[in-house]
Amino acid sequence: MAEPVLHVRGLMKSFGGVRASDNVELSVEPFETHAIIGPNGAGKTTLIAQLSGELAADAGTITFKGRDVTRLPSHRRSMLGLARSFQITSVFLNMTVVDNVALAVQAHRGHSFKFWKPAAADAELVEPARRTLEQVGLEARAGDPASALSHGERRQLEIAMALATEPELLLLDEPMAGMGQEESGRMVETLKALKGGKTMLLVEHDMDAVFALADRITVLVYGRVIASGLPQDIRNDDAVRRAYLGDEA
Amino acid sequence: MDAALAITQLLNGLQLGVLLFLLASGLTLVFGIMDFVNLAHGAFYMVGAFISATLTLWLGSFVLGVLLAIPLVVLVGIVTEVIAVRSLYLRDHLDHVLATFGLILIFDELTHIIWGPAGIAVPLPSWLQGQVEVLPEIVLPTYRLVIIGAGILVAGGLYYIVNHTKLGMLIRAGASNRTMVGALGVDVKTLFTLVFALGAALAGLAGMLIAPITEASIGMGNDIIITAFVVIIVGGIGSMKGAFIAAIIIGLIDTLGRSFLDDVFKLFLGDIAAETSAPAISAMLIYILMAVVLTFRPQGLFPPKVR
Amino acid sequence: MITDMGLRGWAILAMLVLLAVGPYAAYLAGHAFYLDLATRLLCLAIAAVSLNLILGYGGMISFGHAAYIGLGAYCVGIPAYYEYTSGFLQFPLAVGVCALFALVTGALCLRTKGVYFIMITMAFSQMAFFLFVSLEEYGADDGLTIDYRSEFGGLLDFESNVTLYYVCFFSLLAAIYLVHRIVNSRFGMAIQGIRSNEQRMRAIGYNTYVYRLVCYVVSGAMCGYAGALLGNFTSFISPEMMDWTRSGELMFMVILGGTGSLFGPVLGALGFLVLEDQLAELWLHWKLVFGIILIVTVLFARGGIDGILRKLEERWRG
Repeated sequence: MAEPVLHVRGLMKSFGGVRASDNVELSVEPFETHAIIGPNGAGKTTLIAQLSGELAADAGTITFKGRDVTRLPSHRRSMLGLARSFQITSVFLNMTVVDNVALAVQAHRGHSFKFWKPAAADAELVEPARRTLEQVGLEARAGDPASALSHGERRQLEIAMALATEPELLLLDEPMAGMGQEESGRMVETLKALKGGKTMLLVEHDMDAVFALADRITVLVYGRVIASGLPQDIRNDDAVRRAYLGDEA
Repeated sequence: MDAALAITQLLNGLQLGVLLFLLASGLTLVFGIMDFVNLAHGAFYMVGAFISATLTLWLGSFVLGVLLAIPLVVLVGIVTEVIAVRSLYLRDHLDHVLATFGLILIFDELTHIIWGPAGIAVPLPSWLQGQVEVLPEIVLPTYRLVIIGAGILVAGGLYYIVNHTKLGMLIRAGASNRTMVGALGVDVKTLFTLVFALGAALAGLAGMLIAPITEASIGMGNDIIITAFVVIIVGGIGSMKGAFIAAIIIGLIDTLGRSFLDDVFKLFLGDIAAETSAPAISAMLIYILMAVVLTFRPQGLFPPKVR
Repeated sequence: MITDMGLRGWAILAMLVLLAVGPYAAYLAGHAFYLDLATRLLCLAIAAVSLNLILGYGGMISFGHAAYIGLGAYCVGIPAYYEYTSGFLQFPLAVGVCALFALVTGALCLRTKGVYFIMITMAFSQMAFFLFVSLEEYGADDGLTIDYRSEFGGLLDFESNVTLYYVCFFSLLAAIYLVHRIVNSRFGMAIQGIRSNEQRMRAIGYNTYVYRLVCYVVSGAMCGYAGALLGNFTSFISPEMMDWTRSGELMFMVILGGTGSLFGPVLGALGFLVLEDQLAELWLHWKLVFGIILIVTVLFARGGIDGILRKLEERWRG
């Protein structure tokens, strides 16, 4: 069995008296799509923030590709191959769609202390950016300002930016947040196309999407992992049913 | 080192510290509650000095002059808040800074128009002009002791208000959660105006206290406001406790540094080197302190709890 | 390309042509005053362009840029005091010293955000002010007069006001062009991304602190160059050039002109100086009107002159 891409051990994070992460244990295997589900307030976003490096854990370790990254700042983790998309859309509204993605490409093509040559004309940046836009289905909107995109399109752009950094692990924080039926369907298709080729850790509320995409599911309630395993096992797990799924699944 | 000189300078340092606290407390209160950066805070300092100077000369009594000037400064504060400041709360900090910079220009010119270009000297009553023998052979000007006393009294009063009254509770609640306060039915608009006026009064009081020593002059707020900013940066923006401690420290360091740094330097530098470098370094001392604090604690020494 | 330049493009071109020939023509006609005013305008415009790089494009609100103008000027004044009048020494010194000051203060300032950052830049500017006030040797409060402007071994005669004027003019064009290249380069895109969403930039792999710092240093160095030119022009250098209220005036120019545009700062400097000049003649208390204009600009015309031109252009087109 290959070494997990991501291994989290004993992760603890408290805010005042509230335990947002309570001894979280998690591992993500290469090329698997692993979903994290749980009710609101379960600490899912806090977990993602600790994994990507924006938030420092109080205790525990995060190992990425065999390397301890627990104390590493987020930009260093990105350079190691860990990419993240945000629950609240964080694209650069003051730039065009292709520039948004090109900026992500640029971060991983050497340093950016280049002051003279126009970036928009740089094929080394624009070509990969356009290819990534094709992957998410946004190539037609390449020249438009990001501010002109619909909500769903902006979520696609979010994914594109994470993809453009050529990551080994994609952390997706509610990619379907705020999307309607049709848009969600398109997003699921995009993610299905990535499935198996990329390792993904995905936080989602949309149960249809989760069961369509996930190879394994971990359930988080009040910061603790109450179950982790194959989708059908999770579906049938009593504790999970009580805490989260009810009798819908 | 002369003990008498040392004690005198210590006292001067405390006096500066107290004045800085009066200024900084208003600044940090307004920022903490309304998230508003008021560059023109020093204008209230100046206005307080001029109003109390005029009233003192007119009424023939310094104490009366100060007492009557305070409500007038409060009025100026209220008017400023309603006319200019209110529309800026929802804007970003850059807009605050720019608009209040414009306010400084306006206040300076209005003062010039009303009072003319020259400063106004404020005469002290004879009972405040004397000196007090605090320790054998150590004699200190009465008025400086009065300033320190007044400042500590005000600090105590502020502490009481903020921690033991309903207004203080609203102030502390406002600092931590503005929308909640509004949701509780408290008139946030009035609260903000009150807080702003309180800040203006504190600044005005500082100006009134210093005027007999330095005279009321146009633009007198513009230099000390930066020092007040250094105080709240070092103390932690939004923190009263931080403002008090930082103000005293900075007042002491600035005063003692200017007086004694060359003596300190002479201990390990040659006389000439000490005398040429000391004035320059002592001028920068409080900024060096600020830089050191920022290196190790970018949020200041006593930052208020996260909102 | 000429035909679709739009109202805004024409206004800027007109301004540049006016600056290129107007003051010299006035000088030949016996009105040296306009040459002087325009020289001062150009120096301040370069300083404003440098501030706009970090403010408009980088989103860093520095209220301490006057320090660089002063430092740059003193880098001409102090060597001149010791009879080193070579411009080949003074100008690189100005740029170097300012870059260093920006590096050291920036390294500290940029660890903070928002309001803290604004106040700390102001404080460092005051620090420089007090430092020079305390230097008795170089005139302290009273300032330093230089007898000879920078010498360039016969290549340029700075003693001629006309030569100095054109050096300033071409320096401004060069500064604007430099900012144009920087802003559109990889570095510039990174800086703009950081202004837009710093957290996102870190998430895609940028060490945002370092990029901001480099931008800050470039801006400080450019402003120091402007200071060296200004010091030459006035031939009188005092700590007052570094006072924080001067930083405020520079900031006013940038906002008045319109942030985040290449020519905005020039429009702002022009507007500022014209206002200052005209208002001062009308009323002793012209600063009162100035203050009101600033507040009105902030409240109602936040895009500045450039913003107004853009709006007019849109109306014209549609």
